[in-house]
Amino acid sequence: MSDRLKRILAGIGSANTVTVTVLAFVLSVVIGGVLMILSDQHLLSQWGYFFQHPTDALSGSWDKVANGYTAMFHGAVYDPHAKQALRPIENTVVDATPLVFAGLAVALPFRAGLFNIGGQSQLIIGAVCATWVGFTVSAPMPLHVLLVVIAGMIGGALVGGLTGLLKARFGAHEVISSIMLNNIALGVLAWLIKTKAFHDPNRQDAISKPVKDTALLPAIHGSSPELNFSTVLAILAVLLVWWVMSRSTLGFRLRALGSNPDAARTAGISVSRNQVYAMLLAGALMGLVAVTQISGTLSASHAMTTTLDNGIGFTGITVALLGRGKPVGVALAALLFGALDAGGVAMEAATTPTVPHDVVTVVQAVIVVFVAAPKLVQEIFRLRDVRRGDIKGSGTGAAPSVAPATAVDSAAEAV
Amino acid sequence: MAVATIAAAPTAIAGGTEADTRRYTAGATQIIMGLVMLLGFGLGTRTAHGASTTFGMTLVSKQGTHVPDWVFPARPVIVALAVVVVLLGAARLAVQLPRRWRLIGTSVVLFCFTFAFMAWSAADPKGGERLILPSVLDSMVIAAVPLVLGALGGVVGERSGVVNVAIEGQLLFGGFMTALVGTATHSLWIGVIAGVLAGALMGLLLAVLAIRYLIEQVVLGVVLNLLALGVTGFLFKSLMQTNQNSYNNLTPFTTVRIPGLASIWVIGPVAFDQPLIVYIAVFLVMLVHLGLFHTRWGLRTRAVGEHPAAADTVGVKVLRLRYRNVMLGGAFAGLGGAWLVGNVGNFTENMTNGKGFIALAAVIFGRWSPFGALAAAALFGFTDALASQTSSLQLPIPSDLLTTLPYVATLFAVAGLIGRVRAPAADGKPYIKG
Repeated sequence: MSDRLKRILAGIGSANTVTVTVLAFVLSVVIGGVLMILSDQHLLSQWGYFFQHPTDALSGSWDKVANGYTAMFHGAVYDPHAKQALRPIENTVVDATPLVFAGLAVALPFRAGLFNIGGQSQLIIGAVCATWVGFTVSAPMPLHVLLVVIAGMIGGALVGGLTGLLKARFGAHEVISSIMLNNIALGVLAWLIKTKAFHDPNRQDAISKPVKDTALLPAIHGSSPELNFSTVLAILAVLLVWWVMSRSTLGFRLRALGSNPDAARTAGISVSRNQVYAMLLAGALMGLVAVTQISGTLSASHAMTTTLDNGIGFTGITVALLGRGKPVGVALAALLFGALDAGGVAMEAATTPTVPHDVVTVVQAVIVVFVAAPKLVQEIFRLRDVRRGDIKGSGTGAAPSVAPATAVDSAAEAV
Repeated sequence: MAVATIAAAPTAIAGGTEADTRRYTAGATQIIMGLVMLLGFGLGTRTAHGASTTFGMTLVSKQGTHVPDWVFPARPVIVALAVVVVLLGAARLAVQLPRRWRLIGTSVVLFCFTFAFMAWSAADPKGGERLILPSVLDSMVIAAVPLVLGALGGVVGERSGVVNVAIEGQLLFGGFMTALVGTATHSLWIGVIAGVLAGALMGLLLAVLAIRYLIEQVVLGVVLNLLALGVTGFLFKSLMQTNQNSYNNLTPFTTVRIPGLASIWVIGPVAFDQPLIVYIAVFLVMLVHLGLFHTRWGLRTRAVGEHPAAADTVGVKVLRLRYRNVMLGGAFAGLGGAWLVGNVGNFTENMTNGKGFIALAAVIFGRWSPFGALAAAALFGFTDALASQTSSLQLPIPSDLLTTLPYVATLFAVAGLIGRVRAPAADGKPYIKG
């Protein structure tokens, strides 16, 4: 056995990144299972006479949880009974796509020491711009989609940039100004959707005019209309953000800003200007989420509704945390969350009594809590401390926070 | 007056150009507000043709003496108010007023502006439209209570140095447990106690993860909000929706009428004929104020929030105090959640709908002080109430945009345009001994 293999085997039992992430997932699944049992009145009554007939409660609970997670697996990864075996995977990818953009939109400013909690407003204003271009402009097919994509990015970038500008110019903390902008954007959306310019005259409810067919992102292959070009965009975005962050001058400046703003300033890097850049990019990425919601095939109406953000702005934060702020990590985390979402919907449809898909939100939140607190996982499973050279990337495992040190400091300034 | 001028002189010198800039900004803003009142409200089409404003003065839903409607000619009153505002703005622009006069001036301007807006919105040449003032105030109280309680929760936590972005989750979980336990025990008040405990439990979770496991606190708050949303949404759908009567059915709060005070003209039924929690909320504001600024606990809390190492040196148990304060804050927010449920009698999915984040804004807008939080919550509640009460009056300003006003104001506040806000120095920073 080579030394390298020995080191890897020894590393599995220590609190390194991989082990912590896997165990965090296991713990979250267990907690989700407990929630499923707690929500079943019949099972609770069986637990009530546990000491007379322990098997009733145990087997009943096992069945409940196993059925739930099996249905989830069938909905997200592979279903042996389905006609199209690859369909669940496609659903997972479709659900993961907006989360990739949202995760990147949080991860990128994270590296620069900024916390982007304003995804909701960036997404909404991006959607407003994208939808408007989608139903007013007349252009041939590829050009129109491109215009919609650009409009969405500009809309999101405007809001993100405003947050950055308020921080850089006036010292307004980005978390607070973002929360305010979220609420303002919600109000603006609620108003716009009722105005003549946006409201669909054929509908009674609060919904905008649908975008034209030329503004829709084309499907990748005919048999599954849900899987569309936005997934390609997401892959490009991951590559681009990776390149910007690790190979470009801008990325170097942003990372310098994130690890030590004072040193960055001394080295001649303009803190305020780069803060604005980081938030502009983040906003543009969030605008792409809006494009997937409007021009994608996920929603059948291809129009703005008051609930179009659907919590994705906040889910992006959890995706970025789970992905530890790295582009590829974000993509993997988005895939996991996409699988949970797709599986959750399938589970809700397949189980009786229904297991609501909200359990997915719980599982997602719990994973992130454990990933962010490796010390907690280490204590629960009595893992060893990470030793130098255990496996690659082990050094980050026991770090208390995935955010750069300055994000912690700057968060403290005004919250 | 002479004393005030002397007292103000050193600050004017020390303030230098920054004070001047702020004077110009404030003065100009006030003059613009006056011009908006004059041209938009006073001389606009809505107040033309001798329109008169009708304010209803009786709260129909509560007992009390009937007060006749207040009718006055719209245009002259609004124009007069606009002139007052412009003059005050000009005065502000021209001379460096002492702090107390600045505060009084700003208050008068805000009052005139709000009154002119209401007079304008209820103006009608035929005299048919009316705005019922006590209804606006009553909705304000109802909307402000969860914000005050949530914000108090934020204040006690953040004063000791732990950021609480999880107010939303604490409100939601508190409300959920109130509905669940209250229905199971057939007692709303046992439910309220359960809600308070549930909020404290969420506070404990926040405290343990932030203080012991050092998770970045803003991130943690967001994640805990998601957790609360998921757990309550899941249990709501699997338990409450299928079996409303045995899990989610409460008799809403009844009002407690304070004899004597409740008979005060117009104000009485609004201020002194409310459910018990409204009085408790106001009482808690006073209690936390006294506690923070006049007791040993408060001094220690503030010390730990500003400079934990120094507090530790003189023997204050930093971490223990933080645990206690964050749990106490959670309990306050839990009570806010109980109010949301007890007010309507049942829980609905995501019923807080961002109120926790607004409470967080109230913490900052109120500059981390209990009375500041109360004022901010009242302001947010008032605009909310005004937007909903004027929605039937067909204003040219959409009510959806009106509801965003407090957020715009907060945005200006954090950008330092209204005045600088400063958090406790150690807010959000974990304390690691050694």
